[in-house]
Amino acid sequence: MRNELTRDVERVVLTLEVNGERRALLLPVHKTLLEVLREDMLLTGTKHGCELGECGTCTVLIDGKPELSCLLLPIQIQGRAITTIEGLASGSQLHPLQQAFVELGAAQCGYCTPGILLSARSLLEENPHPTRDEIREALAGNLCRCTGYTKILEAVELAAGRMR
Amino acid sequence: MSDRPHLSPASGEVNSLRVVGKRLPKVDAATKVTGRAVYADDMLPARTLHCRILRSPHPHARILSIDTSAAKRIPGVIAVITGADLPVKFGILPVTQDERALEHEKVRYVGDPIAAVAATEEEIAAAACDAIAVEYEVLEPVMSIEAALAQPKDERIQDYGGPNNIHKFVSLEFGDMDGGFARAAHVREDVFFFQGNTHLPMEQHSAVATYVDGRVTLWSSTQVVHYVHRALAKVLELPMNRIRVIGAAHGGGFGGKTDPFAHEIVVAKLAMLTGRPVKCTLTREEVFYAHRGRHPVLMWVKTGVTADGRITAMHFRSALDGGAYGSYGVASTFYTGALQTVTYDIPAYKFEGCRVFTNKPPCGPKRGHGTPQPRFAIELHLVKIALDLGLDPVDLKRRNFVEPNTRTVNWLRVTSCGLEECTDLVLRASGYRERQRRPGHGMGFAISSYLSGAGTAIYWNDMPHSEVQIKVDRGGVTAYCGAMEIGQGSDSVLATIVAEELGLQPSEIRLVTADTDTTPIDLGSYSSRVTFMAGNAALEAARKMRAMLVEAVEAAGRTYDEVTFEEASVLAEARFGTLTSAGSYTPPKLAGPYKGSGVGPSPAYSYSACVVDLDADVRTGLVTVNKVWIAHDVGRAINPLLVEGQVEGSVYMGLGEALMEEQVFRKGLHKWPSMLEYKSPTFLDTPEIQTFIVETVDREGPYGAKEAGQGPLLPVPPAVCAAVHDALGVWIDEIPVTPEKVVEALRRKGKGEPARYGPPRFPDIPFPPAIKVEPPPKDLDASTAQI
Repeated sequence: MRNELTRDVERVVLTLEVNGERRALLLPVHKTLLEVLREDMLLTGTKHGCELGECGTCTVLIDGKPELSCLLLPIQIQGRAITTIEGLASGSQLHPLQQAFVELGAAQCGYCTPGILLSARSLLEENPHPTRDEIREALAGNLCRCTGYTKILEAVELAAGRMR
Repeated sequence: MSDRPHLSPASGEVNSLRVVGKRLPKVDAATKVTGRAVYADDMLPARTLHCRILRSPHPHARILSIDTSAAKRIPGVIAVITGADLPVKFGILPVTQDERALEHEKVRYVGDPIAAVAATEEEIAAAACDAIAVEYEVLEPVMSIEAALAQPKDERIQDYGGPNNIHKFVSLEFGDMDGGFARAAHVREDVFFFQGNTHLPMEQHSAVATYVDGRVTLWSSTQVVHYVHRALAKVLELPMNRIRVIGAAHGGGFGGKTDPFAHEIVVAKLAMLTGRPVKCTLTREEVFYAHRGRHPVLMWVKTGVTADGRITAMHFRSALDGGAYGSYGVASTFYTGALQTVTYDIPAYKFEGCRVFTNKPPCGPKRGHGTPQPRFAIELHLVKIALDLGLDPVDLKRRNFVEPNTRTVNWLRVTSCGLEECTDLVLRASGYRERQRRPGHGMGFAISSYLSGAGTAIYWNDMPHSEVQIKVDRGGVTAYCGAMEIGQGSDSVLATIVAEELGLQPSEIRLVTADTDTTPIDLGSYSSRVTFMAGNAALEAARKMRAMLVEAVEAAGRTYDEVTFEEASVLAEARFGTLTSAGSYTPPKLAGPYKGSGVGPSPAYSYSACVVDLDADVRTGLVTVNKVWIAHDVGRAINPLLVEGQVEGSVYMGLGEALMEEQVFRKGLHKWPSMLEYKSPTFLDTPEIQTFIVETVDREGPYGAKEAGQGPLLPVPPAVCAAVHDALGVWIDEIPVTPEKVVEALRRKGKGEPARYGPPRFPDIPFPPAIKVEPPPKDLDASTAQI
């Protein structure tokens, strides 16, 4: 036990592009993207609910597609564009999805909200006219315990209409 | 600033409400959608140490020795503590101070905390926990209600309560039971079981502590900073003025973060020892074991009715599987018997309840605290009685609805009651009466009621349950309150009420909340009490502030309509100096004249009615809910958007409990302590929910408001079961309604056996003789004695 802990952990220099900014970091190879975002880059908007790929809370976008940051290693995604919740708004201007979530009460405790917003953004970029069932399908990997999902569906539909 | 609305002289009048009743965004919404809200695990003060807790692998064992020497030698380990460092017991209820932050004598469930490590890295702390050697004497675990009622093979789980592993008995009788049953034309008995389930908040519990200048500061994901404050003071043996507890942004509670927890005490102790910040975030598996969720409850109910379905007497028994510790369990036990009378007029009522200890994670309060289980039982029981009599179940229930402004046989004061309107709305919208019969399709109806805050505090005192202070200077308004925003909209309600009174918008009110150093007390976000109690405190503080502003404006020879809020505040500050006001709320003394009357009274009760429409597959037993209609009497919606959110979330959670969620153990181990295996409804499983808000304008609620966060869960499980019966002709008298149970009930039906899946019998429990209580005088406002 002691030897295992005191041996040098392999560290590598990795360059990650997060929200359009490139940063080089010296990281243990086994550290997940979730941990790197939160602990090394202080981007704590990305939340975690299980760290096992079960709840969708830690969703980020990789090249625009939703991925679970708790199951990714930074070494897998060098050179690819990572978007976190901090990168959704344009400066102080909320993204239409964020604005719709505010207006329709789609965030209660707010903990699942970053992941759901990013999954929804990916959906709307691929499909600007989703049906309610298509929204359900796209967001089915994101659990929410507060809202009963209803206001989230309404907010995604409102944002979709405004973005078209 | 020119668009700032003018102070309205009549803003206290409900017919001129400007912001109350409007669909306004939550005041913290923008913070949350941008990822800027700071939850406890988001905090990482400089030099933070990471804490992991060693937990028992055995459900029941004596600890013979704990050797931490190897753990302490691991580089990066800064401190290791055991129960010897934190020997003082605590517990949420004064009568059950039975927990230790770290246990060094005996463990009572898998997951019971034993030792804690603070290290420079979380991985090192986890490895150090693995290096702690604990020697156990394994004891026979007690894993069921039946086993807990029997003589223990080795020893009892706790050294109080009894006989055997019984924790608590309740036995109360109101009115003339013998006479009630004697005049009944029909008497029926049923047995039901409601399986335990857990809150499953998206955020894992987390706490960060610092120790600076002899003072502990703790940021935690808690629903109740005040109770954590009290527990820390007791266990750390520090005066409360040397401890500060701050509620971090909160990622979901549902009752699960209402107890003080071991990790909160442990990080504070480790911060004191190391002089460094210490953080502990539970893993998801640990969250399942921390639990404090829905009690599994076995229930027996016997009711007498007249030929036209009027209830003449009811006898209700409950047996709660409490898990290893007291938690809120004494209150939970009373709650399984308290609120039956708040929806139906029951002239004679007897309640016998019993909570047992088992070697499982402690159960406590989850949304509806102790009342969804009996609500499930009583709603289905009345449907069965109606069918026995050839009556329509909805008609039978309606015939027994309580009237507004009455007092129940167990002395609960009912004020506003919108049961009739709620029922009309969901029946009409759902087309319940006119539905076309088709195979496998069913609809079910149920009602419920819940507290707008518990009428008595957890620890006996005469102080207010909520206090609010307001500061105004140079046009800025700050409201201070201990209330904890957990996503339900507590901050928005406070801001809305203050804004309403001062003639502002909620977004213009700065809030300082849930900080034991800077905010006055609020007893926290549980029992649906914040809108009613903190809301009333805010109303009082805001009206006092408005009176000062008005006086100063008038003294200057102006009228309210002429001046902006800034002008009013400058005039008032010049006249009075520092502008502060305070308000508080203490519930009226409502408890009846009997021991145990403290559980059940509330200044007002919410009411709900619900219709569930579903299809049930006769081959697979799979139930698909198509739609839920729900009407909720919230008194007045301070913000209808947020009320709808609470109702929709309640319905969703009720569907999860009804159809899939269960906390089940095998040899002391949780069968599925993960979010994948513990099934909860996803976007795909949650049907359309149509919500109707009913406003009865309660006479004591702020602007007439009552609760919304818990009551609407309650009618959902029984409405699901009633609909399954409607669809397939089988009774599933046990929650959750899994496909296996439906298929088994259909198999029994096919063989000509009773078409039912559920518990066969209620165990023989040596309930003590009932305390007989005279019914209250008919006059609603007759004074009630205090115990």
